Amino acid sequence: MTRTRTVCPFCGCGCSFYLLSERDRVTGIEPSPSNPVNKGMLCVKGWNAHEFIHSPERLTKPLIRKHGEQVESTWDEALKLVADRLLDIKKQFGPRALAFLASAKVTNEENYLFMKMARATFGTNNVDHCARL
Amino acid sequence: MVGLAATFGSGAMTNSINDFDDADLFLVTGSNTTAQHPLIGSRIINAVKRGAKLLLIDPREIPLAEFADLHLRQNIGTDVAVLNGIMNIIIEEELYDKEFVETRTEGFEQLKEIVRKYPPHVVEKISGVASRDLKKAANMYAKADKAMLAYAMGITQHTTGVDNVKSCANLAMLTGHLGRPATGVNPLRGQSNVQGACDMGGLPNVYSGYQPVIDAAAKKKFEDAWGVAALDDKVGLTITDMMIAAQKGELKALFVMGENPLMSDPDTSHIEQALSNLDFLVVQDMFLSETAVKADVVLPAASFAEKEGTYTNTERRVQLSGKAISPPGEARPDWRIICELSTLAGYPMNYSSPADIMKEINAVTPSYAGITHERLAGGYGLQWPCPNVEHPGTPVLHKDKFSKGLGTFLPCEFKPVAEMPDEEYDFMLTTGRIYYHYHTGTMTRRISILEREAPEALLEIHPDDAKKMGIRNNDVVEVTSRRGAVRLKAEITKRVPQSVVFSTFHFHEAPINLLTNSAYDPVAKIPEYKGCAVKIRRCV
Ligand code: SF4
Repeated sequence: MTRTRTVCPFCGCGCSFYLLSERDRVTGIEPSPSNPVNKGMLCVKGWNAHEFIHSPERLTKPLIRKHGEQVESTWDEALKLVADRLLDIKKQFGPRALAFLASAKVTNEENYLFMKMARATFGTNNVDHCARL
Repeated sequence: MVGLAATFGSGAMTNSINDFDDADLFLVTGSNTTAQHPLIGSRIINAVKRGAKLLLIDPREIPLAEFADLHLRQNIGTDVAVLNGIMNIIIEEELYDKEFVETRTEGFEQLKEIVRKYPPHVVEKISGVASRDLKKAANMYAKADKAMLAYAMGITQHTTGVDNVKSCANLAMLTGHLGRPATGVNPLRGQSNVQGACDMGGLPNVYSGYQPVIDAAAKKKFEDAWGVAALDDKVGLTITDMMIAAQKGELKALFVMGENPLMSDPDTSHIEQALSNLDFLVVQDMFLSETAVKADVVLPAASFAEKEGTYTNTERRVQLSGKAISPPGEARPDWRIICELSTLAGYPMNYSSPADIMKEINAVTPSYAGITHERLAGGYGLQWPCPNVEHPGTPVLHKDKFSKGLGTFLPCEFKPVAEMPDEEYDFMLTTGRIYYHYHTGTMTRRISILEREAPEALLEIHPDDAKKMGIRNNDVVEVTSRRGAVRLKAEITKRVPQSVVFSTFHFHEAPINLLTNSAYDPVAKIPEYKGCAVKIRRCV
């Protein structure tokens, strides 16, 4: 069994817990006893944070809309399509016709890259996130 | 967090979660803390048990009310009036911190000017809070040695959200409850990494570390760091304006990472129209959310357990989270997807790991300069600003001076909720979260124990109102606003005052944001989730 220190994916308290895992399955959660934020405690959401990870409803393949239906595709096809379409629209209507919504749920590193992509790759400051909530 | 930035020069929680153990008094407003931030809620309750005072300003009888020494139940959206009323008394009775006001602030005369217009009897009329309670509140807060003010979305989600925040800041400055441990103005952020998404420049007007895109020096710095010729020097669109631009056909493509605006945003049918009007919608997520169903391309993303990286909590603490397992099927961490996509689009990104990305963040973001993965791995996080690798981080902001030098009083006049109840739409609907669920429910609704405890949306309604309309517990009612209608079960409770109903947006079966008003604060662009006019009827 492996123990990995992680941060709770829910509210802004940022409680820290160890995920217990075995053969690529998370089997349990153990609050970090010495973390100054939660000092060994968690709320009911944190205690159960591992359950949604193995939900059968997780997406496992890219989807592309074809003839109105979302169908599974390869990464190569999906990413190529996204890059081509965004560049096309930029060429035709200018960079301000593109917009990017960052996420209050993913990491700092990912949010940094995401806004860098919006600004450096596609040339627009149309980046925001839903945390005006 | 625009309101705080204008007042202090920095828009984050001024103090730390550990400070909640040491305060003598808490002023909690617009935060159902035990539901939204359970671990902070329990710290407040423990502090009260050992003798700290709790002053609550909230229209609803939330669980914390049981522990409050004084609970002001103001009419919805009258926060500015109540806070002005409290300041009026503090100035009138000379309870304010003269030394702090003189040495650390500017604009006191303007504050006096405005606040003078809000004597207790006027505020009582506007807010429904009795004069003697206002006086008690003013005395409690002003006379406490260490008073912590905490608020959440009940303060920001109004058309006057920025004014509400400024008023909180005015009150804390007036009484000198700032810049010391266990004091301060403390916005409790709702999601695990809202703070980080803002810090990293997930905003239309700033790069990482709040460096403005309209600042020529900042623009040059990022052009050099990123090796691009010319970055956009105009402020971009906020999410609210994106939706408007999409409806008008000016915005053609939207790329959504890990969000579900079709559930979380107000006036859902407008959002739906806006999204349908796009030429191209990409959604990158763990689940096929309501928004992802509409997408032209859906990219499967890894969960927090399946990747490495840092998150910044509400007290500005940056923490490292490890990778426990591999993603399911072909799902990938968001950062890998972005790197590949950017490379395909002609701008190569070759990072070997999140630690590698953090090195670039350190180099271009002064407040994060000393926050490396190496340091984080050995400890319990670092609170920004952390300007170099020797720096221990900053638990209390604005100690000897504010980020912008002097703190500025920015007094505000009271303005009512944009859409007040009238004869036809005779109830005020207010929205929020419950303990068992989180945000639009994409994660928590897939956790069985949480579903067991709270399987469906309920509409809280006062017993007197229910009686008048012949509504009993668990009756299905239809709630209608000018924008849409939703059916859900009634829960009869005195948690809500008369003529007010409450529900949450966690449940897609009862998408409450079909009803809410997208009228938003003109500066912060936060929509008014906390108040709109609705009518109610019992379904038979
Ligand atoms: S365990 Fe509960 S209180 Fe802690 S971060 Fe998660 S949701 Fe918030």
